[in-house]
Order: sequence, then C-alpha cells, then structure tokens
Amino acid sequence: MNEWTHVEPTIETPSAVEEAYTSPFPKDTISGGVALVRALIEEGVDTLFGYPGGAIMPVYDVLYDYQEQLKHYLARHEQGLIHAAQGYARMKRQAGVCLATSGPGATNLITGLADAYIDSTPLVCITGQVFKHLLGTDAFQEADIIGITTPVTKWNYQITEAEEIPRIVAKAFYIAQNGRPGPVLLDITKNAQIEMMDWYYQPCHKVRSYQPKPPLDPQALDQAVALIKEAKRPMIFVGQGVLLSEAQDELRQFVEKTGIPVASTLLGLSAFPVDHPLYVGYLGMHGNFSTNLKTAESDLVIAIGMRFDDRVTGRVDGFLPQAKVIHIEIDPSEVNKIIPAEVALVNDAKMALQGLLEKVPASEHNSWIRSFDAFKLMEEQRVIQKDMAPSTPKIKMAEAVKMLSDMTVGEAIVVTDVGQHQMVASRYYGFRKWNSNITSGGLGTMGFALPAAIGAKIASPERPVVAIIGDAGYQMTMQELGMIMQYHIPVKIVVLNNSFLGMVRQWQELFFDRRYSSTEMENPDFVKMGEAFGIQSRRVEKREELTEAIQEMLQSPQAYFLEVVVEKENNVFPMVPSGEAVSNMRLE
Amino acid sequence: METRPYTLTIFTENQIGLLNRISNILTRRKINIDSLTTSASELEGIYRFTIIIQTDEPQVHKLIKQFERQVEVIKAYAYIDEEVISQEIALYKLALPSRETSMDIERIIRDHNARIVCVEPNFIVIEKSGYESETEQLLEALRPFQVLSFARSGRVAISRSPQKIRAFLSDIQTQPYPYVVI
Repeated sequence: MNEWTHVEPTIETPSAVEEAYTSPFPKDTISGGVALVRALIEEGVDTLFGYPGGAIMPVYDVLYDYQEQLKHYLARHEQGLIHAAQGYARMKRQAGVCLATSGPGATNLITGLADAYIDSTPLVCITGQVFKHLLGTDAFQEADIIGITTPVTKWNYQITEAEEIPRIVAKAFYIAQNGRPGPVLLDITKNAQIEMMDWYYQPCHKVRSYQPKPPLDPQALDQAVALIKEAKRPMIFVGQGVLLSEAQDELRQFVEKTGIPVASTLLGLSAFPVDHPLYVGYLGMHGNFSTNLKTAESDLVIAIGMRFDDRVTGRVDGFLPQAKVIHIEIDPSEVNKIIPAEVALVNDAKMALQGLLEKVPASEHNSWIRSFDAFKLMEEQRVIQKDMAPSTPKIKMAEAVKMLSDMTVGEAIVVTDVGQHQMVASRYYGFRKWNSNITSGGLGTMGFALPAAIGAKIASPERPVVAIIGDAGYQMTMQELGMIMQYHIPVKIVVLNNSFLGMVRQWQELFFDRRYSSTEMENPDFVKMGEAFGIQSRRVEKREELTEAIQEMLQSPQAYFLEVVVEKENNVFPMVPSGEAVSNMRLE
Repeated sequence: METRPYTLTIFTENQIGLLNRISNILTRRKINIDSLTTSASELEGIYRFTIIIQTDEPQVHKLIKQFERQVEVIKAYAYIDEEVISQEIALYKLALPSRETSMDIERIIRDHNARIVCVEPNFIVIEKSGYESETEQLLEALRPFQVLSFARSGRVAISRSPQKIRAFLSDIQTQPYPYVVI
C-alpha cells in the first residue's frame, strides 16, 4: 500500500441535482445581523452562549427581537460560555453556538477552542470584529483572531461583507458537524453586521475539497474480518468515535456476536455499559490494572474511534507487543500516527461496525476473558478495597464517587474537570447510560467542568447532571455560578476539596521527592460562596453525613452545591508513570 | 532516522489564511521551510503550494495527512529529489563591468547558460534558471565581479510520474455541484 496515495479521497457523484431549498423567511432586504440570526435559525439553532461587546452589538440588537426563537445564555467570562457550549454540544450531538466580541472577548475563547479541537467537539463560534476599514490598524479591541485561532480550529473565516453571511454560516455548520467534528470560528466585521443585503439561504451539503464520510473499503473490511476470525486474544478499545457516530447499538451487537472483551478510553466512557459482562474496564494511565496489563497479551486490538493518546499507550514501543491493530477511525491523519494499523477502516464507527457486523462469525472468548480475573483481583484487594474502606477518618474521593454512582444508579450525566477527581470519577462512576460522560480529555482543561455541566443540563433538562470538580479547577471558572443563578439551571456541583492541586501534588510526592512546590491551596468558604449566588450549599466532612448529603442534593429540584472535604494527600492508583510502558503500571 | 529533502506539492482551494494553516503544520513540529512557492495550477481556481523541507520518511507520511486534514486542501504529495523535475530562478545584480572584465563576464554567462536581462548605466542584471546547485555555481563564478545583489526564487517542481491529481482535479472540477460553497 502506497502511504502517499492510499487516502485518495473519492468524490461521490450526486445522483440527481439537489432540490432547491426554500427559506421560510421572506426574500427581503435585511442587515447582516438579521441575516446571521436567520441563518442560525435555519441551521436549527435555538440556544446560544454569549457575551456582548462593542464589535458584536449589532447582532445583539437583532437578538432582542428573536428572544422567542433563540434562547441566549449570558456567561460571566467567555471561557465559561465556550465550555458551556461544549457541554451542550456533547449532549445534543450537534454544534454548540458561541457569540463573543472582538479582541479580548475572542481571545478568551481560545482555551475552549483548543479543548474542542482536540476532543472533536462541534462548535460554531461567532466573534465580532472591528470595521473592515480598520483591520490591521490596531483599532480598539482589535485582535487578529483568524491568525490566533488557526491552529485550534477545524476551519475559520473572516466575513467582511453582509452578503457572505448566509453561505458562510451554512458552510460553518456543515464543517463543524460532519466528518470528525470540530470547532469553527467565524469572525464578522462590524460593517458586515450593519450593511444591508438581499436574503437568501441555501444549506450546505458539500464542500468539494472535503470528504467527511469516506465509503467503506470492501477489501479492508474483508481483511479485518479475517483478522478477527484468526484472533485468539482480541480486545476492543472504544473511543469517543462511538459516541460521536451514535454507534452504541452496533457496538453492542458486534461485541455480543463476537464475544470480544471491551475496554474504554476516557472519552469512550458511557459508549458501552460498564455492567455488561464483556466490559473489562478502563484504559490508560489511571485505568484498570487488568485492562492495561492484558493489552500486552492481546493478539488483536480493534480500536474504534480512538487516537492512541499517550495517556493510553504509555511508552509507545512497549505498547501492544503482540497485537495486530484494526483501526476504525474517520480521520485519516490519525491512522498510523502513533500505532501502526494492520488494517485501517477510515470510516465513522457506525458505518464500519455495520459493515463488520454482517461479516463476522459468532464466536466467544470466555477463557481469555476469565484470564483477566487474577489482575482484577489484585486491583480489587490492593486498590479498590483501600479506596472504599479506608482506615482514616477523612473521606476519600473514591468513596464519594462510588456513593454518587450507586445513588444515581449510574444514570446521571457526569461532568468532570481535570486531575485526581477526574481519574477517580472515571474509575468509580458506573456509567450505565449512553452519552453520560463529559470531561476535558485531550487538552486537560482546568475550569472546564462547571460551565460544561451548565451546558449539558441545558441540553438535557430531563436528566440529572452532576459536575464533579476539584477545589482548584472549580476556582478557575467559579464565576459561572452566576449563570446558574440567573437562569435557574438545576445542576448539581460536587467539589472534592483536598486543599491541594491534587494530581500535581501526587506527582511531586512520587517523582519530585515530596517537594510540594506551590500546590497547597488556602481556599475560600465555598458554602458561603454558593449561597451568595443563591444556590443551596452544604459542606460535608464526616463519612456518616455523606449519604444523607448526596440524597439531599439529588432530591433538590434546584441547583445544589456540595463540598466534600476529602483526605488531603490521597493518591490515585493504579498508575502508569509518565513515559513508562503500560506493563510498569503500579498498584501503590 | 535519516532526513533528506522532500518536495511537497499541495493542491488547495484559493482561500485566505490557508498558507498560515499549512505553515503551522510545519512550524508546530519545528520543521524549517527551506523554500515555499505558491501559484495557480493547471486547473482554474486550484492552487499549488510547492514546499521544500528536510525531514524523514515516517514524518513526511504524517505531514501529508495533516495537510489533507485541512478542509480546503484537496490533495498533498511528497517527493524525493529523484522523483521531481525542479528548477529555480536566480537574479544577479552586478556593477557595470569595466572594459577589462566584460569579456570575462560574458564568457561566464555563456558557460552557465544564463542571460543578461537588463543593462542600466550603473549595473547589469543577469538571470539564470536551473537547479539550486547551478544557480549557486554561477554566484560563485560572479563573485570576483562585485555582486551587488542576489535573489533566488523558491523551487518550482513537477513530478516525473503521471499525477493522479490531474484526473482527480478535473473530475471534481467538472462535476455538477449546484450548491457547492467554495
């Protein structure tokens, strides 16, 4: 196979000329601002996360007339609004829409854009820009946002004329939501928002240089089936691609037909129920012991919609010493990037699994699955039991998460930040319901969870949403309690407070000779803080009170803040030390 | 891993900012751009970037996919030197030769297959196209005669093999896409 040409994109021939689209809006002459709002409505948008400012004011003026159709949530900081849009997008499985002004408003979006880009979250971010004639003059609140966002967006574009707006908005939504999803940024100069244009709208179904959904390669499919038939110790690695392509049913059927054990990445959690007999655990640096160690014995890995992050592979040359890899991945640039694939199915997970499902024979791998038990038992005895029945009086993070998991029967949407609490939540929350895990995986963004939970709750008002956050990450975007207050968003916030930057402290303990350089935190009174925002708040320090407090939180119809004071120096195990092979995973 | 020069040919839409996206892919990996030219291709509306970098084979495979990952990149190729015919153009500005030196300079120009493109009262400009090594040899030959200025274009290159891209581009160019947004 010639590497340079094997991803030759093929362009499907349209079977017929597409039907002309008729916009529900009249063909009148309107301002660019009105055109933008209409275009958003055409794209099915009903929720916006935004923050006004000088260069986007003409659009906000239009929004005043469209409050019925477009619900706008005012954040307290642009980082908050973009994370909220990410949480929203990941629950809705459609693009989240952000609105911000030029200059600092736009630059405050960068962290969220980078997070959405690496975690494949569809966003359409619209930023205001100074007048066209002022571009490049260092005008008030001017920043080169196209230049700045280029490395962290799937696509971006500067609109300088009103009449460009409808077709560029249509293209933006198409790009954000098709293929491997990602964030798109549109920068609209103020004159383009004000100038008049004749309304038109045409949804975008194709961009000639972009092939988002490559067709199945029957030859690769046959090769994959042959490998699956031969395999004695196969494993499936499930990534977020299964959630993004909504392939949960196909995955389950495929797993049950082939009897192949399933392991999940961090972002793959909740793509497959953890109580399923063929689920063997969570991969990665703080994943399950047996799951990680058994990868070394596996002779075939079917990697579905995942990208072999270094937190999964550990030291790459020590990873999968025996396994051939079938890589199902929609983004060709991920194939052979880290781990070479024997067979690549460059497709979305749903399409590939449908194709495989038809061709694979039924089989079972019971003795292989049973061989995981010895390592499982080791983790149970040496990690889990210690985490669950600690000898110390202080509550451990794991207990709190396990209790929350039991009391929500694994059916809540869990939103986590980054650090120890995130790893503990990923290990101990028993996800039983599809699409329930929202976390900042690739970028590892502190401050992600609170606003993302707000967005998730707005997207899924019928489901309980619990944000689990560390005390440090919480303080990075704590101002978004204002959003909860203003819009009465009944999100549940659990802060696991160890008065430390816990994960950094853990590394300092293990790898820097306990030199706790700038990781201890003196925290404010979080309960008073919650109350100041009108949110029912409670602090728990004793184990005996924990159940009742969680009960109270879950039963409350409103937002609720629960601070759980946990053991200060509690480490997350098992652990693959950074840069080491997965086989060096430590239990303590 | 052994590095060598690669000629990258990238076919794209004509979009402001695309150069930035393409160069970011290289700068992010700390790969220096030895030369970069961009021009129209044989197909209307399709642009061609020709970039010379020094890298190794596994890396170049990944780079090609990173270029193609960009929405407005249509196709990217990488070639080693033996797979392309490449030329660059160089201009040499010399102080007006004296009676004694003009013969020597004319001989050098002839020997190097160069030509004089302009003669002004104070200087002359010589043009030479060829491989990088050839334009450099000429520079060395002219050095004794007061080179006032020297400029070289980036490499332009055409692959020796028949490019699939031609059929591919013609194909997407002629297809009836009524609602295509470019």
